[in-house]
Amino acid sequence: MSTVRVLVGTRKGAFILAADGKRQRWDVRGPFFAGWEIYHMKGSPADPNRLYASQTSAWFGQIIQRSCDGGASWEAPGGGPEKSADGMPRGESNKFAYDTTPPTGKPLTTHQWYDGTQHPWEFKRVWHLEPSLSDPDVVYAGVEDAALFRSSDGGTTWQELAGLRGHGSGPQWQPGAGGMCLHTILLDPSDPRRMFVAISAAGAFKTEDAGATWRPINRGLQSKYIPNPAAEVGHCVHRLALNRARPRVLFMQKHWDVMRSDDAGESWREVSGNLPTDFGFVIDVHAHEPDTIYVVPIKSDSEHYPLDGQLRVYRSRGGGGEWEALTKGLPQRDCYVNVLRDAMAVDSLDRCGVYFGTTGGQVYASADSGDTWNAIVRDLPPVLSVEVQTLP
Amino acid sequence: MIRVELPPHLQTLARVGGEVILEVSGPVTPRAVLDALEARYPVLRGTIRDHVTLQRRPFVRVFACARDWSHEPPDSPLPAAIASGAEPLLVVGAIAGG
Repeated sequence: MSTVRVLVGTRKGAFILAADGKRQRWDVRGPFFAGWEIYHMKGSPADPNRLYASQTSAWFGQIIQRSCDGGASWEAPGGGPEKSADGMPRGESNKFAYDTTPPTGKPLTTHQWYDGTQHPWEFKRVWHLEPSLSDPDVVYAGVEDAALFRSSDGGTTWQELAGLRGHGSGPQWQPGAGGMCLHTILLDPSDPRRMFVAISAAGAFKTEDAGATWRPINRGLQSKYIPNPAAEVGHCVHRLALNRARPRVLFMQKHWDVMRSDDAGESWREVSGNLPTDFGFVIDVHAHEPDTIYVVPIKSDSEHYPLDGQLRVYRSRGGGGEWEALTKGLPQRDCYVNVLRDAMAVDSLDRCGVYFGTTGGQVYASADSGDTWNAIVRDLPPVLSVEVQTLP
Repeated sequence: MIRVELPPHLQTLARVGGEVILEVSGPVTPRAVLDALEARYPVLRGTIRDHVTLQRRPFVRVFACARDWSHEPPDSPLPAAIASGAEPLLVVGAIAGG
């Protein structure tokens, strides 16, 4: 029977939740990296036992951790096989240095600060790790201040894909409330040269040459908090999602508005429909039904909790527009948690499982595509990210 | 012999317990001690000082002999008690933050 492994990053460590395909009884392991913020953990599609984790701290900076045994043991990649005579790691894995070389680095100077002035790029942390679909040693990192890095040696060394910041709109990017972060990286399974990323608050971007050059793909977005609401960049995109079987159709949860693109991001239309509020952070797509999508509406940009204290996932089976509230098993009173942008995922079992974590430390799972929900755990530290691996 | 006491998170990261013992050739300064620390424990590069600028990270403090050395020039000599190993150099995570 297949099994699932849920990788949970929290404010104070990482947890791994595992169950068989019934998804009823869960084994909870952790905390790993206790006391550190784990912004994201993700497994390699090419080798499910290869996991990557972003371990970060306002005090001590950024560490990348890697496991080659499904999370049983971890190492900073530079501290792997190569060790000094006394057994200490020789390498370093936490160096994310912006490209400042003349060919690509010259336009990469400043971005817009909260007050509209220009501010230099300063590395803070890795928000998202996206392993290659085909090579376990290749992994991408989306970082704050927003940029995209790539490692081709299993996380040991990192190089910026500077064409993203270098295409010229960088001075118009600005931080959202969570910082100026590159938080979404989508790899197109039909074309290894095509990738999509999203940045708060700059918008969505696309490359079709494996990251060498990029362009913004924000036509159709409207944002009231920038001088020109339909500007090419400056939009606070919270999350993008796609179904691997139909990668030209993208879904977006924006600061406000749920959006859809049918042409690989070239244009967007709003599909918020009958949602009670279209502010939110997460969005994801059913593993087998490309038009079944999930969001968790949040009251507003200043009130980051569900409407009326009722935690409700909304599902659309038509690719947006018409939405139904999913409430069975979720708290329907006095609930004031948030669900952050990287904290929802789906498994690929026949009956698609849906998972999300909250800032209250709950991780909810549905083994029936969202019809009913159960809390796997209720009292973790605030959940930053949730990923799921479906294992044979 | 220089003694350095790391905060618990960095002890875990470097896989050490308690104090770290280092040898520093030449004048014993904050820069020289951190250079020696990072040379022996490369995983600590970037955790106390920024990788690129080598500036002390804002939430890391350095104390020596009951005095805050965080803002002293990196090449200023540390007290004789640090240089002799009588007292440890303390690397401390600032109280601020969560």
